[in-house]
Parts: sequence; C-alpha cells; structure tokens
Amino acid sequence: MPDLLLELFSEEIPARMQAGAARDLERLMIGALTDRGFLFEGIKAFAGPRRLTLAIAGLPAKQSDVREELKGPKTDAPPAALEGFLKKTSLTKDQLKVEKTPKGEVYMAVIERAGRETPHVLAEIIPEVMAKLPWPKSMRWKPGSSVRWVRPLHSILCTFDGELVPFSFAGISTGLHTRGHRFLSEGKIEARRFDDYAQKLKANHVVLEAEERSAIIFEGVKQAAFVHGLEMIPDEGLLAEVCGLAEWPTVYVGTIQDEFMDVPAEILQTSMRTHQKYFSLREPQTSENKPGKMANRFALVANMVAKDGGKEIVAGNERVLRARLSDAKFFWDEDRKKSLRDRGSKLTGIVFHKEVGTQSERSLRIAAIAQRIAVVLHGDVELTAEAALLCKADLTSGVVGEFPELQGIMGGYYAAHDGAHASVAEAIREHYRPLGPNDDLPSTDIGSFVAIADKTDTIAALFYAGEIPTGSSDPFALRRAALGVIRIILHNKLRLGLSDPITRSLILVMAAKAVEIDKKTERQLSALAENPALHRQIDSVQLMTKVQNASAGAALDEMVGALPSLRDQVLKFFADRLKVALKEKGVRHDLIDAAFSLGNEDDLVRLVARVEALQAFLKSDDGANLLAGYKRAANILKAEEKKEGKIFTSEVLETKLSEPFEQALFTALAQARAAITAALEKEDFAAAMQQMAALRVPVDAFFKGVKVNADDKQVRENRLNLLASLRAALHQVADFSRIEG
Amino acid sequence: MAKARTFQDLILTLQSYWAAQGCLILQPYDDQMGAGTFHPATTLRALGPRPWKAAFVQPSRRPSDGRYGENPNRLQHYYQYQVILKPAPENVQDLYLGSIRAIGLDPDLHDIRFVEDDWESPTLGAAGLGWEVWCDGMEITQFTYFQQVGGIECDPVSAEITYGLERLAMYVQNVEFVYDLAFNEEFRYGEVFHQNEVEFSAYNFELADTEILFQHFKDAEKQCNALLSGNRKFALPAYDQCIKASHAFNLLDARGVISVTERAAYIGRVRALAQACCEAWLQTPMGAYKPRFG
Repeated sequence: MPDLLLELFSEEIPARMQAGAARDLERLMIGALTDRGFLFEGIKAFAGPRRLTLAIAGLPAKQSDVREELKGPKTDAPPAALEGFLKKTSLTKDQLKVEKTPKGEVYMAVIERAGRETPHVLAEIIPEVMAKLPWPKSMRWKPGSSVRWVRPLHSILCTFDGELVPFSFAGISTGLHTRGHRFLSEGKIEARRFDDYAQKLKANHVVLEAEERSAIIFEGVKQAAFVHGLEMIPDEGLLAEVCGLAEWPTVYVGTIQDEFMDVPAEILQTSMRTHQKYFSLREPQTSENKPGKMANRFALVANMVAKDGGKEIVAGNERVLRARLSDAKFFWDEDRKKSLRDRGSKLTGIVFHKEVGTQSERSLRIAAIAQRIAVVLHGDVELTAEAALLCKADLTSGVVGEFPELQGIMGGYYAAHDGAHASVAEAIREHYRPLGPNDDLPSTDIGSFVAIADKTDTIAALFYAGEIPTGSSDPFALRRAALGVIRIILHNKLRLGLSDPITRSLILVMAAKAVEIDKKTERQLSALAENPALHRQIDSVQLMTKVQNASAGAALDEMVGALPSLRDQVLKFFADRLKVALKEKGVRHDLIDAAFSLGNEDDLVRLVARVEALQAFLKSDDGANLLAGYKRAANILKAEEKKEGKIFTSEVLETKLSEPFEQALFTALAQARAAITAALEKEDFAAAMQQMAALRVPVDAFFKGVKVNADDKQVRENRLNLLASLRAALHQVADFSRIEG
Repeated sequence: MAKARTFQDLILTLQSYWAAQGCLILQPYDDQMGAGTFHPATTLRALGPRPWKAAFVQPSRRPSDGRYGENPNRLQHYYQYQVILKPAPENVQDLYLGSIRAIGLDPDLHDIRFVEDDWESPTLGAAGLGWEVWCDGMEITQFTYFQQVGGIECDPVSAEITYGLERLAMYVQNVEFVYDLAFNEEFRYGEVFHQNEVEFSAYNFELADTEILFQHFKDAEKQCNALLSGNRKFALPAYDQCIKASHAFNLLDARGVISVTERAAYIGRVRALAQACCEAWLQTPMGAYKPRFG
C-alpha cells in the first residue's frame, strides 16, 4: 500500500520544542486519519532544528465507502420537523424511506458516500492539522495573515505514493523539494519517498532522527574523552538539548585554561553547561565511591564540519569560555571577600513568600527547628544551629545569583573558606538534598537535621500562606519536599515526631505575622494621632494602645485557634506522601491508614515498623483468620450499636460468662491485652503481633460455639461487650476497620 | 572576504552591506537610550502598515553594566548596530549571513547557529520571537521577529537584527580585552573610551543625584503626557520624553534606590508612556497608512 511523506521546513525550531512538536504532529494526524476511516500500517514523526517530518506507511489509496442511515421524524410529525430533517440531510422527500418502528412510522434517510481518493483527503486534513499544532510559543510572519508557526515556514514537501499532494498553508504550496544542511549542502533536493528522502538528507549532512543524532553525540563525546584518557560526565538534559541544535552534530574538544582550574568544579561545570552547552569531562574513576577529578578539557557539539578540521571553531569556543569563566571566577573571588555571616544580614531583602516573610526570617525559623531536632536526636546542637543560620546566606552571593542551581553548594564552599567547622560546611552544602526521588540524601547528621528543618518549614509556612498543592499544581514542589523529609527520616531511622517541627514553624510564622499587624496598626494610629482634631478630644496614646492590643491580640487569637487544624493538615499531607513512598516499596496503603488513624502517631519510623509488622502478620494464616474474626465481630457490633444507638465499651462481667468458649476468649483477651500493651510500650511490634496471633484460636472457637444473640438480654449484652473488648485489643495495634480484604 | 581589521572597518562594512540591500543608512538617535530598539526608527516604524528598511549605529547606555573600565567585556556605554526590515524579507536569515561573510567570518570555518532566544522589552511593551546567533559558542547577534510594540500587534512583522559591535569586533580581531580593540589603524578602543567608562561608572553608581533624577523622571513623564493629551498629539517629541524617562529610571536603578516592588511600578509607568506614544504615532500620516510620498 502507498506511503505518505510530509516535511515542514522552517527556520530554526527551538530545541526544547522539537520532540513535543513531533509527538503532536503524529497524534493529530492519527486522529484526523482515523476520524475519516483510515487505517494504516505505521506512522513516525521526526523533528530537528529546521524540519518536522512525518512518514506514514501503508495508507490505502482510497477512503472506504460510507453508508449511513439517519433516523428522522415520525411521518405524522408537524411539517416543520420534516423540513428540518431534509435541510440537515440535503435530501428531498421522495429520497427518504419510511420505516415501521414500534412507535409508529418514521422517515429514514440513507446517505451513501463514496470513499474519496486519499490525496484529496490529505490535502484537506494536513493544513487543518498544521493550524492546530500546539506550539508552546508561535509567531505571525505573513503580512496581513494571522497564520502562526514556531518560526517562519519556508517549504512543505508532501507526497503520497511518490506523487505530489497539492495543498497550501500560509501561502506556501507543497512541492517535491527540501534543503540539506545550511552550510554543508547546496541547492534543492528532490524527494518522493521516505527512504530516498532520509538517504538524500544524510548525503546532505542532515541526520533526520533525533535518537540517531543523540547517539552520535554520546558516542562522539565518549570517544573524544577516551582519546584524552578521560571520561564524559553524563548529562542527559544537555544531551537532549544539543541534539536539537545540530542537524549534523560534530564533536570537538577544547581546553580550559589552568588559571580557572582552582575554581570549584561545580561552577565550571554549571557555567559550561548553562551558557555554552559544553560537556564536562573528568579523569577516570580511581576508587569505588569517588568519581574522578574534573579535567581541564571540555567537549563541544558543533553543527559543522569545518574546512580546517575545527581549529577555528575550537579556538573560538575556548576564547568564549575564557570570558565566561573570567566572569564566574570574578564572582567566586568577590564572594569570598565577604563572610557568610555578613551575607546573612542581606537576606532581609529577599522575600521568600509575601505571606510568610523573607529568607532572613526563614533562616531564623529553620535554625529554631533544626536546633530542636538536634536536641531530640542527641546531635550537636550548636553546630546544627550554626549551619541552619547560615544555610540560606549564599543566596546573596554573586555565583548563586548567576547560577541559582548552585545554592547550598556555594554556601558550603564559603563556609569552609570562612573557617567554619567542616560539618557545618558540609551541612550547608547538602541541605537542599534530596532534590528528587532519585537524588542522594544528606550524608551527615547535621545536614539531615537542617534539611528536615528547611523542608518542613517550607511546607508548614506555605500551608499557612494557603499555597496548598492541588491536583497537578504544586508550584513550590511541596510534595517533593515532604518526600525528601520522609526519605531522610526513614533512611536514617530518625526517631522524631513531625508535629513538633511543624508546630514550631507555624508558631514562628504566626508570631511574626502578629508583630507585623502590630506595626501596621501602630503606623495607622500614629497617622490618626497626628490629626489635631482627634488629639483634642481623646488621649490618643491611650487609644493607640487599646486598639493596637485589640487588633494584634485578636489576630493572634484567631491564628493560634487555627493552629491545630493547620498542623493536622500538614501532618496528613506527610501521611499521604508516605503512602505514595511506601506503596512503591510494596507496603499496603490501607495498613498505613490503619496505623495513622490511631492518631497521635507522627513518628514515621515507629509508624513504618508497625505497618511492616502488621503486613507480615496479615500475610500469615493466623493473621488472615484473625482479621476475618475481627471483621465478623466488628460487623455484629456495628449492626447492634446502630440498632441500640450506643457503643459497647462496658466491662465484661466474668460472672455472666456461661459457655466455655466465651470464658476461654475472655481469659485469652485479658492476657493478650496486657501483653500487647507491654509489647507496644517496648515498640516490639513483632511481639504484639504474636500476642494477637494467640487470639486466633479462641476467637474462631467463640464464633463456632457461641451464639452472640442470646435470648437472655444480659448475656447478650455481655457477649457484645466481649466482642468490643476484642475490638479494643486489636485497635491498640491499628484501626483494623480500615484494613481491606 | 578580508576580515574587518578595525572597529570602524566593521561599522563601515556593515553600513555598505546593508546600504546595498536597500536600507536607509540612518544616524544614531540623539538621546540616551539602553538599546537600538529605542530609536524611533525601530520602535515607531515597526508599527503600522508602511514598509521600512533602515540600518544605523546606536550608542547604548546600560548604567548598571559599568565596571570602571576594569572588566574585559562589560561596558556601560557601547555600540549596537541595528537593522530593521519591514516586512521581514523571506530570505532575511540569508541576508544576515551575507553580512557575517562581509565582515570576514567564513561560515565554512565557523560554527554558526540560531539558538532560541525570544526578546522582550517590558519598558517598551514590546516582544518578539527569534534567536541569538552563535558563532563558535559566542552570541554575536540578536535576531528578532517583532510581534508587538507598545502593546500593539505588529502587522506586517519586522525583522530586527542587532549586532553587539564591540563583542563582534573582539571576535573578529581576536582580542580578549575590549580596550585593546583597534578602533582604527592608529587608535585603540581604550584610548577613545576607557576614561569614559571610569568616569561614567562612578557617575552611574555613586554620583548621579537621585533627587534630580527622580525629578527628571517625573518631568519627562509629565511632559510626555502633556504632549499627548491635547487635541493635537505630538507623538515624536512625546516619545523623546519617554526615552528620557526610561534612561532616568535606568540610572536610578543603577544607583540602587529603587526597590523590587517599585521597580515593577516604574517599568509600568515607562511602558504606559511608550504605549501612548505608539498609539499617537499611528495617528500621524507617516504612522498610519498613506500611499508612500502621497
């Protein structure tokens, strides 16, 4: 069957938009073709710096014929209904059929459409698809026309079965020609079929497929590094970007001047990547855990095979890099002239969020929280406080101003330069970690404390400010922050209640807010007090104090009143993240719910231990049976409690226990409850589970041998209380009603 | 294709190249401005239906880029070469590459690329799509298709090509320190402009009287509005005042007396002036559609 070839040739398409455009073109064409009843064998879209190409294989030469029956109005309907139907179908009355239905006679229209020749259909749908292609940003360029494309469009090549498909878009008529590389090819190239097209492009220095360009770059950089006894520092984002910047990627290697090699590697690498899109190289790894040292060479990807073998290109790039690195080195040198401590004072000028203050206020909050964490976890309180106070100070440095992604890392360098304790520098350096689900965690205790404090404060403060993530919208990446905290806590088994840092953050935010309100009232009141008319009538000072106290006080009352619910909201946010995190590890979310809904559990390590023990228990035979027994008991209780409008919690009267199986359950429960309590106190969840397992036999026996709904009202009530006591015993461990299955 | 050996050769080459393409060779505008785009030959002429083709050098002032003559490539006063083509010719990229060849950069020896860089001027209410042109990893030109100026949609769309002359010359001359550029065969760039950079950096950062500048800003704003509020509107003198206000703002910004929140407000005020000027310009015979020379 015939094939379609479509190429949209334009001026340079932004690298970041190419892959998306190829996907969209493919998607829209599939939609348009299937809407018109076309099936085809294969479709693939390609994108590069100057062209979007689509190849469809096995597209029929003709659309299939369509026969459609449309039901019209009843024959006895008012004439207007029939008129409307005729208009809609463009038929006359005698072309309609009459058909009998259970509801009477109705008019039927039979519409037969012969399938059209495929090129005609293509000529219709391709311009529509092009008009619909959703570029992230597009432009007008044709005088007097509102047609848009990402950059001016120059030609459209479109063939079906090797023949031109005539149509036009943006005043450009389709043709059989394209062009090769901007500098490494001359004149027009004719192509009628995809294979020929791709081959001719390659002969004219254009690699059509992004994956192939990417492989050429990857192998090229690796090879070039190898020649110099070095290895490439992998960078997928950069690879994807440079892949969209060259039709004929060619790798060259340049040298970094020695004078820059004592600038931190992170700065060199970031500057080269961000500004110049160069790959950094490093020396081969020598030991297991330490990557090799950054090398004084870089790999650049040009779009050119130069006549001189790239001498000028390399020399030019080295020159540009020198200027770039001089700038970076300048910032690095300047930054170190001022201590981090001094920089800290400038943080008052950097607003974190207008509702919750500046980075300076935030540093103080982080310090207060981190310090407390250090106390609870028996860490070094002083060093933790020092690291926390300084952790945001590098935001005012030149290097971070230029390269925001180096925040933290630079603070670490500057702290070390100021002579801070090594663990303080390291903590500052790593406190933004982990930056994503696969990023490393902080490696030190203090780094972990500051990281937890920083992230918890971000979440709590922004919840206070109403910036709560919804659906796919999480502009402050609060979910990522919560997950980071969870990972740090679980990985290091930190026994830390989360309520405390959350509450501290909220209290500090609220206190600052109250002071702000105070100041505002003061300003308003002093303005009032300057009003002479007012002055004469009342004692303005007295008035000021009164109003001021009232307004700030009321605001504070309101805020403090809202604190518990806000704290619980934040805790629930953490719980939800925990579920997501543990789900990936195969932990059942209903068990997390069951453990969480006991309330008061904000110690994630303990929570997870409990959940894991519970999951193991439920997998066992005893566990599964006990759960079944529990459900039975709970269902009975639920029904009876609903009927009687009360909850059974009374003591079981031993004297009223008549049957051996209920006596046995009673005894077992009394023992188990005490033992479970003791085990839980020791946080020996496995032991608690064992105690629960011991209940399985008496519970099973009870249900088998005892009729709960006894005729004697007192006996019945006593048995219900016995079941309630079973429920209570199990609820010590988890809320079993939340467990599924 | 001999390389433009000196700074002035570079300018002369560009002048004759673009003259040969039918551009009007205009002279710099006689007001202090941050970029060639502010020249009325760009801002105002990019609006309305009338075709336009012009090229000119524009001294550009960026007060906060002052480095007291110590930075190898940052200047608070530098030259832009600006080409404005309306409507954008279909082969405008090729025309541009021709100019690169003309100044002696051979695309067969260099790696020349068009890298996405959309342009926006919040103070002019202007925006466009385009690229920065890279030569061996260095940005040598800003290439923009105007979509909007003064908040008004451009139709036809103009192509604006802006060369940073010092940077380009440094590349062509293989010089690392801007003051070492050969201005002509006899004089170096530093001999012409170093003292200028030293003194103006001090003025921009330390000496400019902020009270006077705030007053300048207010005066210019007032005068601009006055020129546009009567029955007869005077778009061109009003636009001069808009340029002056913009420069006063840039100086105040360099002096560090404008806070982050105020900054947005000042930019908004300049933009309001620019918009009003652009709207008024479209009411003039040259701005509105009239047959040429009719």
